[in-house]
Amino acid sequence: MPVSAPILEVRDLVKRYPSVTAVDGVSFSVPEGTCFGMLGPNGAGKTTTVEIMEGILAPTSGQVRYRGEPLGSRSREEAGILFQKTALQDFLTVRQSVALFRGLYARGLEVDEVLELCALEKLAHRDNRKLSGGQQQRLLLAIALVNDPAVLFLDEPTTGLDPQARRNFWELLESIKARRKTIILTTHYMEEAQLLCDEIVIMDRGHIIAQGAPERLLREHFAEVLLELPRHDFPEIARALPLKLIDGPEHVEISTHDLDGTLRTLVEARVSLRNLRVRPANLEDLFLELTGKELRT
Amino acid sequence: MIRRLLAVWHARNLEFLRDRPTLLFTLVLPLGIVIGMGLIFGGPPRPLFTIGVLGTSSAAAADARPANPLLHERYTQFVPVRDEASGLYRVKHQQIDLLLDLHGPVRYWVNTDSPKGYIVEKLLIAADPGALREPVTGQAIPYVDWLFPGILAMNMMFSCLFGVGYVVLRYRKSGFLKRLHATPLTAFEFLTAQVLSRLSLILFVTIVLYVGIGAILHFHSAGSVALLLLLAVAGSLSMIALGLTIAARIASEELVGGLLNLLTWPMMFLSGVWFSIESSPHWLQRIADILPLTQLIVAARAVMLDGAGLARITPHLIYLALMTLIFLAFGAWSFKWRVD
Repeated sequence: MPVSAPILEVRDLVKRYPSVTAVDGVSFSVPEGTCFGMLGPNGAGKTTTVEIMEGILAPTSGQVRYRGEPLGSRSREEAGILFQKTALQDFLTVRQSVALFRGLYARGLEVDEVLELCALEKLAHRDNRKLSGGQQQRLLLAIALVNDPAVLFLDEPTTGLDPQARRNFWELLESIKARRKTIILTTHYMEEAQLLCDEIVIMDRGHIIAQGAPERLLREHFAEVLLELPRHDFPEIARALPLKLIDGPEHVEISTHDLDGTLRTLVEARVSLRNLRVRPANLEDLFLELTGKELRT
Repeated sequence: MIRRLLAVWHARNLEFLRDRPTLLFTLVLPLGIVIGMGLIFGGPPRPLFTIGVLGTSSAAAADARPANPLLHERYTQFVPVRDEASGLYRVKHQQIDLLLDLHGPVRYWVNTDSPKGYIVEKLLIAADPGALREPVTGQAIPYVDWLFPGILAMNMMFSCLFGVGYVVLRYRKSGFLKRLHATPLTAFEFLTAQVLSRLSLILFVTIVLYVGIGAILHFHSAGSVALLLLLAVAGSLSMIALGLTIAARIASEELVGGLLNLLTWPMMFLSGVWFSIESSPHWLQRIADILPLTQLIVAARAVMLDGAGLARITPHLIYLALMTLIFLAFGAWSFKWRVD
């Protein structure tokens, strides 16, 4: 992970609404040039935190500093933003939509350069309402890149995309990462975070419950591997065995350091291993371990 | 099918009833229209003849009744006239049927081209045979000519208020405004851009209408067309700014619709688009004077029908400019980029 001065620092951030505290004392800093992931279920406070960092939502208390200064015209000029849901002005083509936003910044990339970067050249003259989900996200990414931002905020950029479009989008983000942009990414998808992020925070109910590099977090929390068995292959009687069980909707998972010993125990108990799957722990498991609930709820 | 229909009907009713501001407007607006119409058209039978009394206020016009027997005739209405010049203008254009001067020996001015002037003069001579006659000539302004500035201004009003108000609301609801807020764009810049965009559109449409309808009616403005353009700019700006102020922070289409209706309906009737409200209660006329559409129409009629110059319409221009500034400042101050 590249080490450099933080481009963004979040200190004791609190956002209260009349009926809920969305963000409750969150602090972290984002080194320049890293991809920083924010994970958590819906309502964890990710989007609220990100919108405060973007400067479009005022915190109840706490502070966000951009390059050591409070948020202001500089941070606004140097940030690129892709919201969870963004509507564009009707009746504009892809090119016109990008040009509109290019006009709002003092400096940035040429419109054609951005279109090329996001593989939109062939769609340049299409009405922006006639794009597929993946194309639409690429256009929104192009708009986020139009000012050649130092920090790129991406709020669940691949939610709702089909797997192919999601993979294409990830490739695009890899190429943007290679340009040494700082990326703040909120996501539901563990694969996305593991693939793209250098550092993550996991949020739940307005708090940060874990922070660090994904691999390090997994190592810290899981010295174990997971054995996954379909529920119908796992007899009730086997629940009495000395095993660490995690119940999923369709599978029973067994977490263990001693793979050989556990397999022997299962064979002796005559549990069918025909559909057994052994896998390393991922961020989803980490979340489940930390909060006792599924990440995608 | 009926069950599904009822389910949707019920849900929509709940939504409507729970949207309190909209519900209130739905009830208040028709009530307001009924009361407004009553004020404008209600009261005792309308007079047949309108007689101007020179140099009097409203109260003095009523007090002058004992002074001249004519003033006791039924179905005559007396309106105060500030000075001789404006009185003569109104006699000439048959806006009043007779002008009376009760200071010293009774004098009167009557338009010899006016049928109503002819009859009301007979009444005066019968009541006061010694009154001195001052003949005036001049044609009444055709209703369609009188209506023309009003129609143009009304079209501007609708385009400015609805065109701008709803668009901003749609941008807010769709989240497009929120996205713009994440850029260096300020509320004032955004609002100014909206104003200029709508202004150029409305000027284009108004010019097309002016030229087109003018050609059909063979209408020629008595005053400068450049002044009319200046008025069109000032009037449009004030009403666009008003539309933006309405839409500055609201996120409900129905509420914005209600508010816009609440503004446009009274303006359409009180600002004298279709008929003059000179015979309405004095306080109602004062309210009408506040409305930007009244200012625009009065000034536009002065230029188009009477050939008024810049000096005469300057107070109207200043008033419209002030309204624009106040509305824009308030709109920018209270502007909301996103739905809460």
